Amino acid sequence: MEKPSNQTSLAEILEITEATRSQNSNYIRDSIVESIYQHAEQITNIVVKQKELNKCPDRKLDDILTSPWLGYPLMLLLLGFIFWLTIIGANYPSQIIAKFLFTIESQLTGLFMRFHAPHWLYGLLILGIYRCLAWVISVMLPPMAIFFPCFTLLEDLGYLPRVAFNVDRLFKKVGAHGKQALTMSMGFGCNAAGITACRIIESPRERLIAILTNNFVPCNGRFPTLISLAIIFMGGAVFKTSSTAIATAVVVGLILLGISITLFTSWLLSKTILRGIPSSFTMELPSYRKPQIGKILIRSLLDRTLFVLGRAIVVAAPAGAMIWALANIHIGDTSIVTHIGQFLNPLGHAVGLDGFILLAFILGFPANEIVLPILIMCYLSSGTMLELKSLTAMRDLFVQHGWTWLTALNMMLFSLLHFPCGTALWTIRKETGSSKWTLLAFLMPTAIAFSVCFITTQIIRLLR
Amino acid sequence: MKLTHRSSEKKVNGRNNNIDFSDPNIKIIALAGNPNTGKSTVFNSLTGLNQHTGNWAGKTVTHAKGSFYYRNQHYVLVDLPGTYSLLANSVEEQVARDFICFNQPHATIVVLDATCLERNLNLALQIMEITPHVIICINLLDEAQRKGYFIDLNSLNIQLGVPVVGTIAREGKGLEHLKDITYQVVNNLITPKPAKLIYSSDIERTLEKITPQLEKLLGERINARWVGLRLIDGDQSLLNAIYEHIDTFPELKKESEVLKHYGETKQSNILG
Repeated sequence: MEKPSNQTSLAEILEITEATRSQNSNYIRDSIVESIYQHAEQITNIVVKQKELNKCPDRKLDDILTSPWLGYPLMLLLLGFIFWLTIIGANYPSQIIAKFLFTIESQLTGLFMRFHAPHWLYGLLILGIYRCLAWVISVMLPPMAIFFPCFTLLEDLGYLPRVAFNVDRLFKKVGAHGKQALTMSMGFGCNAAGITACRIIESPRERLIAILTNNFVPCNGRFPTLISLAIIFMGGAVFKTSSTAIATAVVVGLILLGISITLFTSWLLSKTILRGIPSSFTMELPSYRKPQIGKILIRSLLDRTLFVLGRAIVVAAPAGAMIWALANIHIGDTSIVTHIGQFLNPLGHAVGLDGFILLAFILGFPANEIVLPILIMCYLSSGTMLELKSLTAMRDLFVQHGWTWLTALNMMLFSLLHFPCGTALWTIRKETGSSKWTLLAFLMPTAIAFSVCFITTQIIRLLR
Repeated sequence: MKLTHRSSEKKVNGRNNNIDFSDPNIKIIALAGNPNTGKSTVFNSLTGLNQHTGNWAGKTVTHAKGSFYYRNQHYVLVDLPGTYSLLANSVEEQVARDFICFNQPHATIVVLDATCLERNLNLALQIMEITPHVIICINLLDEAQRKGYFIDLNSLNIQLGVPVVGTIAREGKGLEHLKDITYQVVNNLITPKPAKLIYSSDIERTLEKITPQLEKLLGERINARWVGLRLIDGDQSLLNAIYEHIDTFPELKKESEVLKHYGETKQSNILG
């Protein structure tokens, strides 16, 4: 078939459209969307009559909760209240559970003695595995049992989408996608889940930013560490009466720091290796619902608390056995744990930690939940055997190993900012399909964690 | 070829979404709408238990089809993913757009939430640019009434130029009317004439230039003005989609290299 001479080819058409686009300095999409919206508005004005009913309560509430002025303070207040409740409520049951589990330990010890079990078996099973599990349960269960239902309650009420709406503006400003507010919020539950959720972001550039920065909000596994350290070191350091308030402030402050670092690294990435313009999206604020308390309790306790605890136990049990073995196999006069701890000590000391803490983070790579238990195991194996009955005993143990509030602060900072856990990294590898980005996802937070701790330590040491 | 009910059913639910358009006994109806508009309720009420779910070919977007009979006519209703627009920001939007654009359903029902008509109209207006065979279904009328909105359906019909049906799908109200209007549109008893959306003068000038040319290239199967608009927007995903369906555009076949090249270069630019 002969092509008529007056017919424009596709390439020419594409040239014409390209020209129109560049004339409008790439704001053509905005212009198109605006025309559609205006038309929709015109039609609506003609077609819809609204009776002057009193404004529906949802909208009134939204005006307050998502207002530019009150939105953030209210968000902080609510978040602060939940942590305060968690901190004040967790201490007591934590002690009861610890007491109970360690009573069982002494009974088990008696049992082992009666059957003349070999020392290594007793050590491996009781001092290694059982003690590690007892710590995981008594330290982690109470905060989770309070925190998760509260968080689920907010979810059920419909408040979380409002949080995302509030934070959305910030993400746009740093050149990331607004939906990153949502994936970040999911990261508070589990970073691996948050990273998977980044699929909702369509642009590959913005999705990568969201994936790489998801780690900077503390997940379920790190919350208990943050909360327990805040309780025993931040609160106790000052006056007893204000201790809960201070502990709360510290945890909220850490979360804000995590969000700031998220925004900062997003900005940095979008200005350097992942340049581009943020794309727009529509966010729907669902109406507020009456929460179903029964469902919340069951869902948060079974699905979240027990799930997280179960995973922690599964990882902690072999870790406990391994630590015990490392602590009891000697090379020369000292155990392997001590060797490694001493090797890491200079590095740890520079950033206000110690070798054992770094070792705990390294061994806790499979799951963040077990960092604190591992640390306790390390300390126990190299120090005096203590009857650990409460959080106060934990504090004493740490102080024995030279902890100050600065050590606790650095450990919290490191926990907040350090490399993603094994599951999260594996998820990043799967989602990005690239070892290069996975490596960056490992190196970037690690570098940030070390520098932040280093700077904090040096400043505080200078001041003292 | 005369197909039995069973075998046609199989075709409809085949892996590749190959709905048999040549079968005059089956009318394909697409169901579009924003999320949370009661679209699924409409879908369920119309099709009852005669539905099948799966995934869109090669996509992680779920996909539901169902069938119903009205006046001895077999309809297959395809539930498109709930989207706010068709600007191809997401896989869902692409899936919905491609179905309306390339599979060319006999009619597309757009479900709108009566309580936020303005936002929902954006999608309806975009669909009306692709195909004239549009039926507007204003759902959740009861909720709108509770919130104090009154929607003049006749006036909306005049403004849009396509038939408008009010429904309360949860209570089954208005669905018979919806079926009846669908019947009339599908059998050309009503010919919807969507009102044209006018864009800024720059865009309109370019469109004036390229639309006639595009019409020659694309033929009757696809709205040239809309394609022109997407090209001005720089939407390379549509070019890719056209390339995938190149067989339906004989005039465009000799341009397939241009099409392929353009789609590829644009795609590699995303990460750059």
